[in-house]
Amino acid sequence: MTRFCLGHESSSQALAARVESRRQVLRTLRYQDSFSGREPHTRPRSRYHPPVIQFHLDPVSGVATYLQIVQQVKEALRLGTIEVGDQLPTVREVVADLAINPNTVAKAYRSLESEGLVVARQGRGTFISSTLAPPSLRHHDALRAELELWLASAVRAGLEDESIRALISATLRQTRSRRVA
Amino acid sequence: MTPALDARALGKRFRRAWGLRDCTLTIPQGAIVGLAGPNAAGKSTLLALAAGLLAPTEGSIAVLGCDPLREPSVLADVGFVPQGAPLYRSFTVGQAIEFARRTNPRWDAMIVASVLGRLGARTKVGALSAAERTQLALALVLGKRPRLLLLDEPFGGLDPFARREFLKLLMDGVAETSATVVIASHVMAEIERVCDDIVLLAGGSVRLEGRVESLLESHRILMGPRRPIGTIRGVREIVRERHSDRQLTLLVLSDGPIVDPSWTVERVGLEELLLAYLAPPERLQPPKPPERLPLQWHG
Repeated sequence: MTRFCLGHESSSQALAARVESRRQVLRTLRYQDSFSGREPHTRPRSRYHPPVIQFHLDPVSGVATYLQIVQQVKEALRLGTIEVGDQLPTVREVVADLAINPNTVAKAYRSLESEGLVVARQGRGTFISSTLAPPSLRHHDALRAELELWLASAVRAGLEDESIRALISATLRQTRSRRVA
Repeated sequence: MTPALDARALGKRFRRAWGLRDCTLTIPQGAIVGLAGPNAAGKSTLLALAAGLLAPTEGSIAVLGCDPLREPSVLADVGFVPQGAPLYRSFTVGQAIEFARRTNPRWDAMIVASVLGRLGARTKVGALSAAERTQLALALVLGKRPRLLLLDEPFGGLDPFARREFLKLLMDGVAETSATVVIASHVMAEIERVCDDIVLLAGGSVRLEGRVESLLESHRILMGPRRPIGTIRGVREIVRERHSDRQLTLLVLSDGPIVDPSWTVERVGLEELLLAYLAPPERLQPPKPPERLPLQWHG
């Protein structure tokens, strides 16, 4: 019994060593990859940098999982938090993060690809190839600052979050119909 | 491509009762399928038949194009984790791995190491927690790089946190091996999260099957005041009716938008949808006269 244990221990150590050395090789390869042969408009992400976007799931929303991923990418594009050339997290990364089916992630990425927002590069990952951010994005900071001021005065006036949201969407509807008319 | 699992009029009789009867089912390769159903629905029987542990009483089953009993060599491509992940309790984790490595023609030490994580090789299997034992079973079964993975109630005894961790490891393993997976489970939330397709078994036969997404898309809950139900536009079939004295709640299979404004239309969750298909048909009974308290006079 003891002998078996000992014998086994050494093989598990050997295994760990093999795993570690293979990881080391992979790291080196990836590091070298990041210097050579990359196309100018893609920015391969280093293994140690966090992904540009982290997906989250709302299980009770009733929206299909792949659509939630698609929507979150689009939203980030609209807000300018991700831009052309950025690499989306790999399927494996999303799967390990959210515990969802790899097919679902692949489906979301395919859907984004068919809309022309991303390109998949064989063996390298999925990259943003087009943007949804309006050209007015540079005005966002100033607008946000004004909105924050307005929100502060709304809170002072005793409005709660829901009333604020209702007021904003009602006003938006109104001005839109006026513009159309 | 040959389907991962192909059952034709499959039946298995135990001494007195049928565990599975007239089950016809095709699972394509690469799919992740949830096998749902109440206890004694035939889930474990179906998995055991697919794993070549039981012989069919009638009909046939093919796994990756082969009969698992006549051509047992196909079983090298099939990974099966039975309920409760039974392992030799007196082995250490390292011994269990060594045993599996020597008894399988193919062995992927990398994937085993990545699934095992920090689990110590010298710990006795009997001393592992339920979550750790399931983790070890998953490592062992992924180590043989199966093309078809059969998991019988893998979430049994796991808390929600451990379930999620298990799913992460499983899905990562699936992304690595691109195996077809069949998960038999009661835990609908997890099934809904990962499965492409769902098969609902009840009383030994298939009650419902389809893509999770399209099932959720094609079913709706309608709520409205109680009335005789005629035909409703956009409704193909009423799956379940429920009513109080005033209200009527229908779970329907729809084939178009439901525009009638007198109905409130809502989406339905997978769990409720499956429960509706399991329930015995509950037909509309004539309305009871509303119960009223006798008037009381206070002088």
